[in-house]
Amino acid sequence: MISIEGLSKIFHLNQKKITAVDNLNLTIQDGEIFGVIGYSGAGKSTLIRLLNRLEEPTSGKITIGEKEITTLDKNKLRMARQNIGMIFQHFNLLWSRTVSENIAFPLEIAGVPAKERVQRVNELIELVGLSGRENAYPSQLSGGQKQRVGIARALANNPKVLLCDEATSALDPETTNSILDLLVDINERLGLTIILITHEMHVIRKICNRVAVMENGKVVEQGDVLDVFLKPKQPVTKKFVEQVMENQDGDLDQLLEEYTSGELVRLHFVGETANQALISKISREFTVEVNILSGKITQTKLGAYGTLVVQIIGEKNEVNQTIQFIKEETSVEVEVLVNA
Amino acid sequence: MLKELFPNVVMKDLLVATGETFYMTLLAMVGTVIFGVLLGLLLYLTSNGSLWENKGLNIIVAAIVNIFRAIPFIILILLLIPFTTFLMGTFRGSNAALPALIIGAAPFYARLVEIGLREVDKGVIEAAQSMGAKTKTIIFKVLLPESMPALVSGATVTAIALIGSTAVAGVIGAGGLGDFAYFHGFVRRDFDVVFVCTVLIVIIVFIFQFIGDFITNKLDKR
Ligand SMILES: Nc1ncnc2c1ncn2[C@@H]1O[C@H](COP(=O)(O)OP(=O)(O)OP(=O)(O)O)[C@@H](O)[C@H]1O
Ligand SMILES: [Mg+2]
Repeated sequence: MISIEGLSKIFHLNQKKITAVDNLNLTIQDGEIFGVIGYSGAGKSTLIRLLNRLEEPTSGKITIGEKEITTLDKNKLRMARQNIGMIFQHFNLLWSRTVSENIAFPLEIAGVPAKERVQRVNELIELVGLSGRENAYPSQLSGGQKQRVGIARALANNPKVLLCDEATSALDPETTNSILDLLVDINERLGLTIILITHEMHVIRKICNRVAVMENGKVVEQGDVLDVFLKPKQPVTKKFVEQVMENQDGDLDQLLEEYTSGELVRLHFVGETANQALISKISREFTVEVNILSGKITQTKLGAYGTLVVQIIGEKNEVNQTIQFIKEETSVEVEVLVNA
Repeated sequence: MLKELFPNVVMKDLLVATGETFYMTLLAMVGTVIFGVLLGLLLYLTSNGSLWENKGLNIIVAAIVNIFRAIPFIILILLLIPFTTFLMGTFRGSNAALPALIIGAAPFYARLVEIGLREVDKGVIEAAQSMGAKTKTIIFKVLLPESMPALVSGATVTAIALIGSTAVAGVIGAGGLGDFAYFHGFVRRDFDVVFVCTVLIVIIVFIFQFIGDFITNKLDKR
């Protein structure tokens, strides 16, 4: 478990005080993927850098596992850092070293004998899917491959915790997805706790269990990702949720004008994967026609979530029964838009 | 044919002089690289926001470097005569030229080293710190390897400046091609000797530049 209590960081910049992290409290469970989201300048990077004391806290207490990080002396801190992996937005690889040599670097720091190093490096190259590129230099790799080296390097000393600062922000969407998949894979296989900083909600959506929203150095909202998606409370959070759910109804007014027959309803899907077969199920069991007009379903780690606007055409009675069925037999919420 | 064009050039003496120029340049380079890297590291590490941030020490080292860089080499030699005599027992000859050559070139190289170190990505240093690296490890496994192309090309520039300095040192009888051109050429009005010495120095400069560029390119994997 990682616990953060009353953590603050104040920077002094030409007489001016900048409170980057402001009396922040947070608890992160072992083995979870915890997301921290916030706009630029919210203090996310400062927070993650405080966790391994790349930045010295102004006040507060950080405990990772049994270790109270904030009271460690220089040498103990170095030892503790060997068990906290970190990956970076710009990868931060040594260009003068090959892939293998980069991955070997933390092992050299930890004093692992040369023979074991070679073996461990090979395992890691396999793990992150870079076989065949071990002798390439970073300049010969794509962004995604560089981040894989970064991940392998961060995992070299079998850390319990992995800190990721905007690890996918320099990558294109497809590469981002493959890196996120790799992180989930590592999290599941190694039982590693991952703390991930981002300003992109879809990253949170895709891999995080829990999320904290940061604004002005404070956590303004936190909880299970699905809950935060469904019931965002703070304006910032709502904005982030809109990022992934934007334009979910298409042009509703236009739909209402165009589709005048049958019944227009909006279905809210929450969490359960079982609901995904809903449409085919109702068209099988009831003599109605179902047209999907617009909508967006998004997959979170804990299931699907989103809305669909559908048109249900058929005998009045059948249509009503269908809606009754959805309301009572499933956890999908129904909102009737037009009753024609 | 050569004899007719350059009647006053004695091949054997010329070879000895060339050898002395190489000898002085290479030995002075060894000292310059050692002191230059040490001073450059010190300048870098004590600077603002670096690993051994120390304003006082940084100002002192910077002042020493700047003072020695400001003194023209010919004056530096003369100033150092008592020191050289104390150190070497004489102020004449190739060995006696070495202290002045090193003291003249090391501060210059130190600045180039500092510039090279500044170019090292801060993020990479931070990554090493996040892995729990000691400062020693960061110096030897991050800073120096990552700045190596800059260190080598800086050394090339310095070595070429040193070849020039060895020629200047000729006026106090340091030996080498400068000495030869002056005492055997200019003083005796044998300008063919001056000419041949010039050509040889230019060739030596080209050789150093070529080797330096070659190594720099080989090292640079960016
Ligand atoms: N070394 C520093 N010195 C002074 N101020 C700093 C320093 N580092 C960060 N800050 C300030 O602290 C605040 C938080 O910065 P931080 O980098 O943590 O934000 P962030 O949430 O990571 O933003 P981004 O999404 O742009 O990376 C900003 O106002 C920033 O200017
Ligand atoms: Mg940041």
